Amino acid sequence: MIEFQDVTFVHQNGVKALDGVTLKIESGETVALVGENGAGKTTLVKHVTGLLKPASGRVLVDGQDTKATSTARLSRKVGVAFQNPDHQLFSESVEEEMSFALRNFGFPPEVVRNRVAWGLELFGLEEYRKSSPLVLSGGEKKRLTLACILAWDPDVVILDEPTVGQDSLQKERLAGTIKLLKSAEKTVVVVSHDIEFLWPIQPRVVVMKAGKVVGDGPAPRIMQDEALLASARVAQPQLVEFHRSLSSKPLEPFADALEARRWVEGAFRP
Amino acid sequence: MKLTNILDIEGLTFRYPEAPKEAVSHFDLHVPEGEIVVLAGPSGCGKSTLLRTVNGLIPHMYSGDYSGEVKVAGASVKGTDMRDLSQRVGFLFQNPENQIFMFTVERDVAFGLENIGVPREEMRGRVDEALRLLGIASLAQRAPHELSDGQKQRVALAGVLAMRPRLVILDEPTSLLDPKTAGDLVALVAGLRKELGTTFVVVEHRIDLLVKVADRLVVMSEGKKVLEGTPRDVLFGEEAESYGVATPSVTKLQKMLAHDGLATGGALLSPAELARELEERQR
Ligand SMILES: Nc1ncnc2c1ncn2[C@@H]1O[C@H](COP(=O)(O)OP(=O)(O)OP(=O)(O)O)[C@@H](O)[C@H]1O
Ligand SMILES: Nc1ncnc2c1ncn2[C@@H]1O[C@H](COP(=O)(O)OP(=O)(O)OP(=O)(O)O)[C@@H](O)[C@H]1O
Ligand SMILES: [Mg+2]
Ligand SMILES: [Mg+2]
Repeated sequence: MIEFQDVTFVHQNGVKALDGVTLKIESGETVALVGENGAGKTTLVKHVTGLLKPASGRVLVDGQDTKATSTARLSRKVGVAFQNPDHQLFSESVEEEMSFALRNFGFPPEVVRNRVAWGLELFGLEEYRKSSPLVLSGGEKKRLTLACILAWDPDVVILDEPTVGQDSLQKERLAGTIKLLKSAEKTVVVVSHDIEFLWPIQPRVVVMKAGKVVGDGPAPRIMQDEALLASARVAQPQLVEFHRSLSSKPLEPFADALEARRWVEGAFRP
Repeated sequence: MKLTNILDIEGLTFRYPEAPKEAVSHFDLHVPEGEIVVLAGPSGCGKSTLLRTVNGLIPHMYSGDYSGEVKVAGASVKGTDMRDLSQRVGFLFQNPENQIFMFTVERDVAFGLENIGVPREEMRGRVDEALRLLGIASLAQRAPHELSDGQKQRVALAGVLAMRPRLVILDEPTSLLDPKTAGDLVALVAGLRKELGTTFVVVEHRIDLLVKVADRLVVMSEGKKVLEGTPRDVLFGEEAESYGVATPSVTKLQKMLAHDGLATGGALLSPAELARELEERQR
């Protein structure tokens, strides 16, 4: 479980990036964190890994205060793929990049080999095994950081803007992977502006604005709250907007286009 | 009739040193002034590489095997130096950290203008306007490296647009922007095209944002151009999805309903337009 208790954080330049955040994320939950640029999303997730420590309040990961826990211990539990992959890639080859953490965490060589193969295959990076991470395309770099994190199977997976640079096939795979993590009862936090990507996953949605949590609830409820979305500069998913525009409609908005089609077929077929 | 093109790419092929395959292969693209072209395709298919051949990073800064021709307003990129090119072509990098480096946001946005010797008064006005249009006026005195990633992307965009180039190349410009700001940017792009006749070539995976304003959607795969047409034609075709081009969810629905004979497929409809059409047809 991740718990923020009235957390405030001020950057060195005096910007108050978190302003009294109280938030509880249970183990096994899938949570989307959304909100305008500069709302404090990245600052918040950096507190879960202990990379940043609160100025006041407490952050607890499985009951342990991040201020009293070593970063090494936290990092075995919490895997973060940061927003900018360039800050996270430093090895000579893609293969080495993936093996590094696995070896560090003490996995035996054959496990390291298997997991590297698994990650490269899942994220379509097999052909770059021997390449330097520096020559990868923007989207490939991003996928490499995702593969690195998922390979060592952390209990808590945090993805900061994972869809940057990803085409729709890669996004579908990623959404599938997030659903798998959910069924494996991993805790997943996805920070994203890509509302169309988040909507079919139907996560719990936490909305941030100016360092505060201003909305928190299941995707259908949050995504139908137009006043909340507008104040946080978040767009409504297209299928929710379609649902809203219908004069007679089912109670809940459509989770995907197929579901919408089925309903329209029933309602509009002459 | 021959239109004057602001961008001509002819038979372009490029291979990075020691790369197993060509990143761009026999590529042709002709863009008349004032068009908005969206370039899409699978991650790693060569989009950023193609853009680098337009702003001159390739071949001036990257070595590799280069053949074919790229012309901006009739002048060969290969034969024009980087300094000249940077005035003709506005370029937003995929990663904004590659192009912000001054001590304050304001200085960063002014950087390009200072370089080409724009008079102080005019510079002031253009910088302020760009900051305002990107919603970052309140960040003017902040240090760019102490911003959130989306804020950095806005600074980089402001710097590009303040230059008012005739040709603007944007590599995933909305990737880090919050959804409302992304919408504002698309409106800004449409506005600049209308007022100044600016041409835009935009790489973007979030097609849903751009379908309304784009004249043309070009799809690339493994370095080659594989599809080209109006957004409606490309998205309604059978192939786009197999190249990882994201059909917006409401377009996916419209497509299925058109197939079922319940909606028309003549033009791309917004969610509200599709709902209205369904209800009107029922009456
Ligand atoms: N390294 C830093 N030094 C100083 N201030 C910072 C730093 N990083 C971020 N900030 C400021 O802290 C606030 C929160 O930033 P944060 O990166 O958490 O936002 P975010 O919600 O992740 O935004 P985005 O959607 O743009 O990624 C912003 O006002 C930002 O300008
Ligand atoms: N500097 C480089 N040196 C060698 N190979 C490179 C370099 N940059 C990119 N590549 C390779 O060239 C191919 C095309 O990369 P490019 O960055 O153009 O793709 P892209 O379509 O922009 O992808 P994305 O959508 O992920 O950003 C990829 O196979 C990539 O690994
Ligand atoms: Mg962020
Ligand atoms: Mg790219």
